[in-house]
Amino acid sequence: MNVELRANLVALGTIVLREIRRFARIWPQTLLPPGITMVLYFAIFGRLIGNRIGEMGGFSYIEYIVPGLIMMAVITNSYSNVVSSFFSIKFQRSIEELLVSPVSPHVILIGFALGGVCRGLAVGVIVSVLSMFFINLQVHHLGVTVLVVTLTATIFSLGGFINAIFARNFDDISIVPTFVLTPLTYLGGVFYSIDLLPPFWQSISLVNPILHMVNAFRYGILGVSDIRIGVALAFMLVASATLYAVSIRLLRSGRGMRQ
Amino acid sequence: MSSALSIRQLTKTYSNGFQALKGIDLDVAEGDFFALLGPNGAGKSTTIGILSSLVNKSGGTVSVFGHDLDRDPAGLKRCLGVVPQEFNFNQFEKIFDILVTQAGYYGILPKVARERAEYYLHQLGLWDKRDEASRMLSGGMKRRLMIARALIHHPRLLILDEPTAGVDIELRRSMWNFLIELNRQGITIILTTHYLEEAEQLCRNIGIIDHGRIVENTSMRELLKQLHEEVFLLDLQQSLRSLPDLRGYRTQLLDDHTLEVQVEKSRGMNELFRQLAEQGIEVLSLRNKTNRLEELFVSLVESNLHKDPE
Repeated sequence: MNVELRANLVALGTIVLREIRRFARIWPQTLLPPGITMVLYFAIFGRLIGNRIGEMGGFSYIEYIVPGLIMMAVITNSYSNVVSSFFSIKFQRSIEELLVSPVSPHVILIGFALGGVCRGLAVGVIVSVLSMFFINLQVHHLGVTVLVVTLTATIFSLGGFINAIFARNFDDISIVPTFVLTPLTYLGGVFYSIDLLPPFWQSISLVNPILHMVNAFRYGILGVSDIRIGVALAFMLVASATLYAVSIRLLRSGRGMRQ
Repeated sequence: MSSALSIRQLTKTYSNGFQALKGIDLDVAEGDFFALLGPNGAGKSTTIGILSSLVNKSGGTVSVFGHDLDRDPAGLKRCLGVVPQEFNFNQFEKIFDILVTQAGYYGILPKVARERAEYYLHQLGLWDKRDEASRMLSGGMKRRLMIARALIHHPRLLILDEPTAGVDIELRRSMWNFLIELNRQGITIILTTHYLEEAEQLCRNIGIIDHGRIVENTSMRELLKQLHEEVFLLDLQQSLRSLPDLRGYRTQLLDDHTLEVQVEKSRGMNELFRQLAEQGIEVLSLRNKTNRLEELFVSLVESNLHKDPE
C-alpha cells in the first residue's frame, strides 16, 4: 500500500477511535439521555395519547411515530457530537495537534463526520431496541433503512462540523439545535402525516429537508411515506456532497483555526 | 552542512492591519542549536506559528529540510516538532492517550506509537502519571508532556517556544540536559526564550528579531565579541570604607564588601587583580552583574528602536 495512503488511514482510524472513545467515556451525557427521552415519548405520546388518536397511515399511532423518533435521536446526536467535539478542541486549542501534523483536511473531516455518524447510529440502535418494548418493530426495507439513516447522520454530522467552525463560544453551538433543528424536526412529520395539513401547509412542509428524511426512513421501516423515496434519497446525496464541499473549503481556509 | 530551515522574505500582516513580519530571511543549519530571541511582540511566535501551519503567511517562502511549506506541507510537517508556548492538549485525555493519538496523526501504527509513548514518558519522568488526565499535571509536567508529544514522530527539527517558562531551576536544568542530548543525537533545535542565560548556555547560533525584522543573525561567539565592556561584582574578604584607586577601571562600592568594576575587553582582568593585590584587597568571588547576552540584547533592541520607532 502507498505509504501516504497508509499514513492517512492510520490517522483516520486514530480520529474515529478518539471520537468513539470520547462519546463512550461520557455515556451518561451522550447515550443515556436520548434513551430516557425516547422512552418517555413512546410511553406518553405513543401509548397514553396515541391509543386515543387511533390509526395513522394504516398503522397504530405509536407504530407510526417510532421511525420519526428514531430519526429525531439520530439527527440530534450526530449533529451535537461533531459540533461539541470539534468546538471543544478548538476552544482548548488541542486542534493545534491536528493542524501541525500532516493529516489532510479530508481525513480530518471524514474522521469527525464518521465519529458523528457512529454516535448517531449507536443512539439509533439504542432507541430502536427500546422501542421493541412498546411495538413489534419490523423492517420493511433494510437497504433503504440503513442508507437513509446513514445519509441523515452524515448530513447532520457535516452540519455540526460547519457550525463548530463558525462558533466562537458555547452559545453559538446551541443556537442551531435549539432554533433550527428542533422546530424543523417537530414540523418534519415525526408525529403526524402531512396529509392532515391543508394543501398550502403541505407545500410549505415539503421544503423542510427533515420531512424527506423522516418519511424515507418511515418507508424503510413501515413501507409508507408522504413523499417519493427517490427524490428524498437524491436530495440527501446532494446535501451530503454540498455540505462536504463547504466543510472542506472552510477547513482548508483555516477559518476560526488559523490567523 | 545542509539547511534545516530556510526562510526567505517572510511577511505576515494580520487582518487588523498589523504587520508582524516585514520580510524575514533566516537560515538554520542541520544539527544546529539555534536561539531565536526578541522582545514581546517582535514576531517570534508569528514566525513559529507560520512554520507550524497555525498562522497563514502573507508572503515569502519557508522550507524545512528542503520541503517547501506551499508545495509539500505534509513533508515539512513530518520533519518538524513544535513545543508551543501555551498548553494546548485536551484537558480530559490521559497523557498516554495524548501521545499515542498524536503519533496516529503522523500515521504511526498503534503498537509503535505505544512503545514510543512509553519511551518518552520514561525519558521525561512522566511514566508514573501515564493514566492521569492532563489537567491533573503540574505546570512543569505539562511542559515535559508537550516535549514528549513533539518528539513522538521523531522530528529532525524541534522548535521550542519558551519551553522553560515558569519552570523551577532544577527542572529547567534537567530539561537543558535533555535538549543537549537530543541535539547530540542529531536533532536540530530552535529555541525561543526570555532567559538569556539559557540561550547563552545552550545555543551555538543566534537570531534576534525585533519589530518584524531580523536585526542580528550570527554565532553566539561572534555576538559576544561585540560586547566591549563587562560589569563584574567582586565579593571582598575585608570591608572597605572608601573606594580603592584602580587606574583604568571605573568602580563603585555597592556596600562595604561588594565592589562593582567595569572592565573593557581590551584591558582584561590581570591588571585589575594586580592592582587589587598591591592594595591588599582580597577577592573571595567574582560574578557578572548581568548576563552578557542580556546586555547585548538590550543594546541591539534599543538601537533598532531608534532606527524603527513603529
